[in-house]
Amino acid sequence: MTQRLVTRQLITIICEAALETELTATINAVGATGYTISDARGKGAHGLRDALWPENANIRMEVLCDEALATALLNRLLDKYYENYTLITFVSDVGVLRPDKFKSAPMD
Amino acid sequence: MFDPVILFFLLGVFAGISRSDLKIPGVLYESLSIFLLLAIGLKGGVALSQYDPASLLGPIVVILAASCLVPIGAFFIAHRMGGYSRYDSGALAAHYGSVSVVTFAVATSLLMKQSIEAEGYMTVFLVLLEIPGLLIGVFLAKKGANNGPWAHLLKEIFTGKSIVLLVGGLLIGYIAGEAGSASIAPLFFGLFKGVLAIFLLEMGLVTASRIAEIKRQGVFLLCFGTFFPILAGLLGITTAWSLDMSVGGMTLLGTLFASASYIAAPAAVRMAVPEANPSTSIAASLGVTFPFNITIGIPLYLYISQLLKGVPL
Repeated sequence: MTQRLVTRQLITIICEAALETELTATINAVGATGYTISDARGKGAHGLRDALWPENANIRMEVLCDEALATALLNRLLDKYYENYTLITFVSDVGVLRPDKFKSAPMD
Repeated sequence: MFDPVILFFLLGVFAGISRSDLKIPGVLYESLSIFLLLAIGLKGGVALSQYDPASLLGPIVVILAASCLVPIGAFFIAHRMGGYSRYDSGALAAHYGSVSVVTFAVATSLLMKQSIEAEGYMTVFLVLLEIPGLLIGVFLAKKGANNGPWAHLLKEIFTGKSIVLLVGGLLIGYIAGEAGSASIAPLFFGLFKGVLAIFLLEMGLVTASRIAEIKRQGVFLLCFGTFFPILAGLLGITTAWSLDMSVGGMTLLGTLFASASYIAAPAAVRMAVPEANPSTSIAASLGVTFPFNITIGIPLYLYISQLLKGVPL
């Protein structure tokens, strides 16, 4: 079974909840086929983000893609959001089944 | 002397400061705010059905024009006196130019408790006054920018949940009228104060969590959050007075001018003026102005309105 796993990139973005609409649009724009969003809480450079109310809530966005798309998305995040918004991004190699699902090419 | 709903707020603040494990889930916060927005809209709509909408045109023009002074004043005070950047001053202006629905609800609750009547159409101003403040605040912050975030901001304002629910509630209440709304009245009107109480408990917790940020921001923001609402409130009260409104109407308009948004404005401003530090505006509007208004401000605006009208106290 594991021989059929192929390596793809999992991009995880943890950011303020206010960014959800913008970031999903950006993820679509670079050509990703999908994403997963979940509510998140935690503590970091911006103090405790306890999700007690919407302005203090975080979300966690995950995108599975190939390396080209990962690079395109990371560049877009760096250009558009890192200066003014609260977000952290990390990329890990993961094994996926049906790799074709996560192999879309960047649109621009 | 206090309206019990204020005591719920103080309980929330106490629980927050004493680090109690009391926590109101975010989902409940969302649900309660939907309820409050709808209930206020419906109540206003039912009251509005007894007025001729055309007769409101004059007051709307005068009040909207006067309301533009609030964000402009806030911007210049924050920028010139407080030394805040153009972005932060614009964000503050947008928050203070916009209105707080819950502060309005607390003011109506106080008037109800004292059996003071107010013009039923005040909810219309609750909706209308949300808009110019945000636009002016963002304009001042972005002055000089080639392409402002206008299309996005307008969409954010008009499709934001507070406008959708308030306007939706107003229309439903207006169409259904008093008789038609009787079937939903027990939920929306009967339970209103109880729901407001739970919401204020939550707001108390959130306010307590801002205290560290207020300390970090310093004395100017504390003074701004306390004295600016009084100035803006006086403008609202005198505007209502010039339109010959009742004591209740003057108090409510004073409250609307004095209040600062923390539901609609933070989300809209965050996307429209990303350069502004959101903690500054929220610490001022939610950490200082909101508790000031509901405990001292509203009774003060009522007192001033009664003085101006020559009502025996």
